[in-house]
Amino acid sequence: MLSPTRTITWTVGLLVVLLGMMVVSAALGPVRIEPVTVVKAMLNALVIPTDVITQSATTVPVVGWQVPVPGLEYVPVFSFDVPDTHQTIVASIRLPRIVLAAIVGCALAAAGTVMQGFFRNPLADPSIIGVSSGAAAGAVAAIAFPALVPFGSLHLSAFVGALATAFLVYAIATDGGRTPVATLLLAGVAVQAFLGAMISYMLVHSGDDLRQAVIWMMGHLHNSTWGDVQFALPFTIVGVLILLSYARDLNVLLLGEEDAHHLGVDVERTKLLLLALSSLVTAAGVAVAGVIGFVGLVVPHIMRLIVGPDHRILLPTSALAGASFLVATDTIARAGPAEVPVGIVTAALGAPFFLFLLVRREVHAI
Amino acid sequence: MTSPPNSGQDTRPGPEPAAITVQTVSLSFDELRVLEDVSLSVSPGEFVGFVGPNGAGKTTLLRAISGALEPTTGTIEIGGTDVHDVSSRESSRLVAAVPQDTSLSFSFPVRDVVEMGRHPHRSRFSPPTADDRLAVEDALERTRTAELADRPIDEISGGQRQRVVLARAVAQETPVLLLDEPTASLDINHQIETLELVRELVDDGRTVVAAIHDLDLAARYCDRLVMLAGGTLHADGSPSDVLTSETLAAAFHANATVTPNPITGTPTVTALPDRQATDVDAGSGRTDGGDGSTTPTVHVVGTGTTAAGVLARLDVDDLSVSIGPVPADGITAEAARNLGVESLEVDPFSPPPPAVRSRLEERVSAADVTVAADVVIGSDAGRRHVLETIEDADPLVVVHRRAADDRIVGDERSDAWRRRYETCRERGREATVESTLEAVRAALERRQESDGLDRRVDPDSEAGE
Repeated sequence: MLSPTRTITWTVGLLVVLLGMMVVSAALGPVRIEPVTVVKAMLNALVIPTDVITQSATTVPVVGWQVPVPGLEYVPVFSFDVPDTHQTIVASIRLPRIVLAAIVGCALAAAGTVMQGFFRNPLADPSIIGVSSGAAAGAVAAIAFPALVPFGSLHLSAFVGALATAFLVYAIATDGGRTPVATLLLAGVAVQAFLGAMISYMLVHSGDDLRQAVIWMMGHLHNSTWGDVQFALPFTIVGVLILLSYARDLNVLLLGEEDAHHLGVDVERTKLLLLALSSLVTAAGVAVAGVIGFVGLVVPHIMRLIVGPDHRILLPTSALAGASFLVATDTIARAGPAEVPVGIVTAALGAPFFLFLLVRREVHAI
Repeated sequence: MTSPPNSGQDTRPGPEPAAITVQTVSLSFDELRVLEDVSLSVSPGEFVGFVGPNGAGKTTLLRAISGALEPTTGTIEIGGTDVHDVSSRESSRLVAAVPQDTSLSFSFPVRDVVEMGRHPHRSRFSPPTADDRLAVEDALERTRTAELADRPIDEISGGQRQRVVLARAVAQETPVLLLDEPTASLDINHQIETLELVRELVDDGRTVVAAIHDLDLAARYCDRLVMLAGGTLHADGSPSDVLTSETLAAAFHANATVTPNPITGTPTVTALPDRQATDVDAGSGRTDGGDGSTTPTVHVVGTGTTAAGVLARLDVDDLSVSIGPVPADGITAEAARNLGVESLEVDPFSPPPPAVRSRLEERVSAADVTVAADVVIGSDAGRRHVLETIEDADPLVVVHRRAADDRIVGDERSDAWRRRYETCRERGREATVESTLEAVRAALERRQESDGLDRRVDPDSEAGE
């Protein structure tokens, strides 16, 4: 039986790697900062909520009501002595981007692991049922034709596009209360192709917004704010935690749906839940960071080679490794001579590595 | 409920036995009717085998019982609970299923695969309990897979994998166990091993239903057989009631004979080529020689498997066959009973009484053809009489499987009788067990042509038949 100690050791180990990676990443950039200073600045940035306050009011569209928005009052925990410029660079510029990279990487790798197990297909990735295409369609629409999108926010538009696409694919593939996995896969391919055409059409007619749209589609973490983190964090944490609680069901589903039914898994309900949760975390990540490829495909495969196929250890380690992977690749993306979209770096590094695994015949099955 | 002693370890008490009730179940895939109005019940602790030709609906019925397929009409209850009315978690505590295809493409250690059998008993958040661990270890012990426990499931043999999946079902600790072709892809030693194991589980109080296409194995291990054909229940009863030439002909469209296995004593089914069935039509036109003529009679002399095999081959509609003398408790007498062939039975330990002798003489002189099937050569009164009778028989077909040397019993006086047997053999038409029917037909034809004239048959010219 899988020993809990092994899972805990790996999880804690990868958590330490992730934190180390974040410190190193925050130290690198146009301004080099001593790691000790980075750690102090990061600790200074750590806040805890102490009170609920009504900090502002917002106007509900159409009806025009003034609604107070409840917020939280934060109090810093530590106050180390750090130069102001360094504190600002770390806490306000680098850290939000690094934390966002960790969240998005964690979301994509966890969703990719679940999708590969769910579809029992080594080619499955988080966007296999069209989540990324939907997000891209929503985002490009918001960039190129803002008038078409009722809610101004780019994030929200991408998020809604992603979830709407996942729901559409699921609805198309479901017949009589059953959702065959093969139909789901094919419906996903078809819907992605259709959305691809829509996106291309919008790009052709996007005029001056083309560059912004293309950069978004390549995946980027440029100009990330704590607001982006606030958007993506709750979905990712809740989604990944629930997915973790389904690790054993995922193992049993690997045996096939009929066997899973015989072993007490409510197959259709579990499939819906896994699909919904992985689409949700993927959508949250993609909405803030654009389409970042290969994290959700390659990281689960690498971790499967290292820790084995048992989702009880594979899922948490993949999620943490995905976070580290995206923090590392994003550091390369921004600290190089010229900043490039992180999606280019993940694919440029991930694809050759994946090919290497394929040639070594180490990736052959789930 | 008693548990067999098991390698000194405390075996876990088996689950409470439960009955299966299948009531007027019909099941269709779209337009295709796969099961039609099937009703049956299985008592607690019974081992029932589903037999029948491919496409009979065995697997479908198993899947319906397991809850994987919902019947179009009818109900299926296990221990009083309708398996289609409850959650998969609840039904998976009542019934465990071992699928036909056990190939797995991921490399979980064997122990973890067996542990998946505990899934229905575990809550989402708690780690495995001591009870779960005990159930897993017990299942590994019982299925002799404990030594494989740490090996990856995709690196063990098919037979071992079959046992691992069975172990998973055992760890599930359900009162009912369903097995779909548990022996289909195994070699004979693993087939027996698997079924012995299933038998142990049955003796432990589990109710087991298995689809088994090997009729002999089904007859040997199951308490009861249910024969399905074309989606309907064809026969239901003890193996010897269900496996008869008639039910096999109706369900399988096969020309098969049922004889007791000489070692296990359970029914053994031997399917014969369909060619014989067509011979019946072709042959009857030739041998009848006109309307109203009587069925030709054939008398078989001989004992053992050769004689039983000859009887099975002569089991065609247009021949009236008798056999004897045969020992009453032997395989030949049993085969004759199963085939409905008249036999002259004798006590194996005493010489044949005069009544039997005179009936043998009558039979042979009245028979249109006499077949000597590996007749035993000896100088005692009974064997002498048999050989004397054969000497008078004409036409004679000699079926020769075992060498004559192996068939001599008694002292040196038997040698004289052996020479007399060889003379018969030269005079007769020689045949193998397989070609018996052709040889008998040829002999009948020759007899009609020669219109009763005594004609020697050159054995060489018949060798090819």
